[in-house]
Amino acid sequence: MDERSKRPHAALLQLRNVQMQFGGVTALKGISYDVPSGIVQAVIGPNGAGKTTLFHCISGLLTPTAGEILFRGLPIGGLPPHRIAGLGISRTFQHVALFKSMTVLENVMIGRHPRTFSGFWSAGLRFPRMRREERRILEEAGHYLEFVGLSGERDLPAGALPLGKQKILEIARALATQPTLLLLDEPAGGLNMRETEELGELILRICETGITVTLVEHDMNLVMEISHRILVIHYGEHLATGTPEEIKDHPAVIEAYLGGG
Amino acid sequence: MTRKDWRIFLLTALLIAAFPWMVQPVKAVSHYVDVMVFAGIFALVCLGVTMLMGYAGQVSMAQAAFFGIGAYTSAILTGRFALDPWLAMPAGASLAALVAWVVGIPALRLKGHYLAMATLGFGVIVHIILNEEVEWTGGPSGMADLPGLHVLGWKLSTELAWYYFVWGTVFLALLFCFHVLHSRVGRALRAIHEEESAAEAMGVPTARYKVQVFVLSAVLAAVAGSLYTHFVTCLNPSSFNLMWSIRFILMVMVGGMQSLWGALLGTVLMTFVGNEWLHVFAEFEILVYGAILLVVALFLPKGLVSLFTRKPIVHNA
Repeated sequence: MDERSKRPHAALLQLRNVQMQFGGVTALKGISYDVPSGIVQAVIGPNGAGKTTLFHCISGLLTPTAGEILFRGLPIGGLPPHRIAGLGISRTFQHVALFKSMTVLENVMIGRHPRTFSGFWSAGLRFPRMRREERRILEEAGHYLEFVGLSGERDLPAGALPLGKQKILEIARALATQPTLLLLDEPAGGLNMRETEELGELILRICETGITVTLVEHDMNLVMEISHRILVIHYGEHLATGTPEEIKDHPAVIEAYLGGG
Repeated sequence: MTRKDWRIFLLTALLIAAFPWMVQPVKAVSHYVDVMVFAGIFALVCLGVTMLMGYAGQVSMAQAAFFGIGAYTSAILTGRFALDPWLAMPAGASLAALVAWVVGIPALRLKGHYLAMATLGFGVIVHIILNEEVEWTGGPSGMADLPGLHVLGWKLSTELAWYYFVWGTVFLALLFCFHVLHSRVGRALRAIHEEESAAEAMGVPTARYKVQVFVLSAVLAAVAGSLYTHFVTCLNPSSFNLMWSIRFILMVMVGGMQSLWGALLGTVLMTFVGNEWLHVFAEFEILVYGAILLVVALFLPKGLVSLFTRKPIVHNA
């Protein structure tokens, strides 16, 4: 088909038999998979398949009970989330997790946190270096808002935005951390058709800047439209992998989605 | 600081500077200067409470204990060892910082109100030590005849001198806190309050910041304690018990938790309420406090400052 099906080269993220147990419940039964660099990678699967759990493991909110996660060849399993963010993995949340009473701009400014340095003393005593950094944060946050098209709302409280724009703002905030790998957890959830279309365009634009995008999504039109590769998981297990065309006709996937025991 | 904050800052500074000249000529209220010195000392504590509780969303029930650590360190070092107060003060602040760090690290690594529980116990322990270590602290009867304070060679011998010195210190601390809030650190603290997981995922080392802001609040309380010691020149443990920790929180809540101006307003108001206007209630004082807390929580959850600010429009929060 078109160049979406291009075969990627290096693995940016490597999952090695990643397992996650909550008490007696096994959410991930050992996922092994390589996410190549520079593509849009979709992760799909029926509800409860373990997709969000997988994202939590990669971003450090959960520590896998077994297995290994390598990011650019470095093991990151068990690192605290803020360290993982510093290494270049950022994310959005399935249920919007913005800082609601802070302004749109301030939300994106928070995203600059892992790339800036001033602490209590230099902030409290207003060192010149800190003031320069603060100006830079402001400017850069503005660029990210422009990139996603939210410049007009910059001074509104984030909680005042409609859901569609909140979802976009979360992406801007995540981009502000300058990630190499961006995890989007159901970015189209709750969006209408036009918003979903715009979201698809935005994701492709992000991918063009060299950021690898991994998304969990239930909107199959969107997934088929923008993904280069798809990973299907079911009951915490790797079910299938392939291009959208391969996945569409995969018998095991059809079985998992349409039921049959 | 925003331009609006600067305007309020100048206005408040002028008001504070002019206050003694307004009340001193009137016999009935001339001692208000004295009350305001206490209010200023408490305001230092409350600025820390605002940073910690209002902005970072962490509750400490031990601010009176840190206040006490500062006060007693100053009292013991200057009273028993004749150390210069200006050396005793940083010693007290350092001790408070160290203790806050030790208490904070285990309690603040966890999400939720573990700090409130840990500090509740810690505050009680400090109060017991102040009561029982008679040899050092003088026990329940406390310590007396402690030295006053010299500033740049001048002895603070009048209430008026103390008034300006204490409030000058308050404004310096206020500036520091304002600058912290309007920085990446301040934004991170607010982010922790609102969505801790999201803050962490955006690269904010939440545990470290929570400990740091807790240490900041402890240091402010300890410095206030040192000033208290040299102002009143006598101490006893009853000023540093749990009730006082609650009072500091109440002051901040009355003024408005998410505003440094609220901390000042609430502190001044509640100090006057406590020192001046509640004596008629005698033992029922505590009931009046409860009533104030209830009224504020029900009708003014954002404190008195919310009466002065226009509400931002939030449609679907």
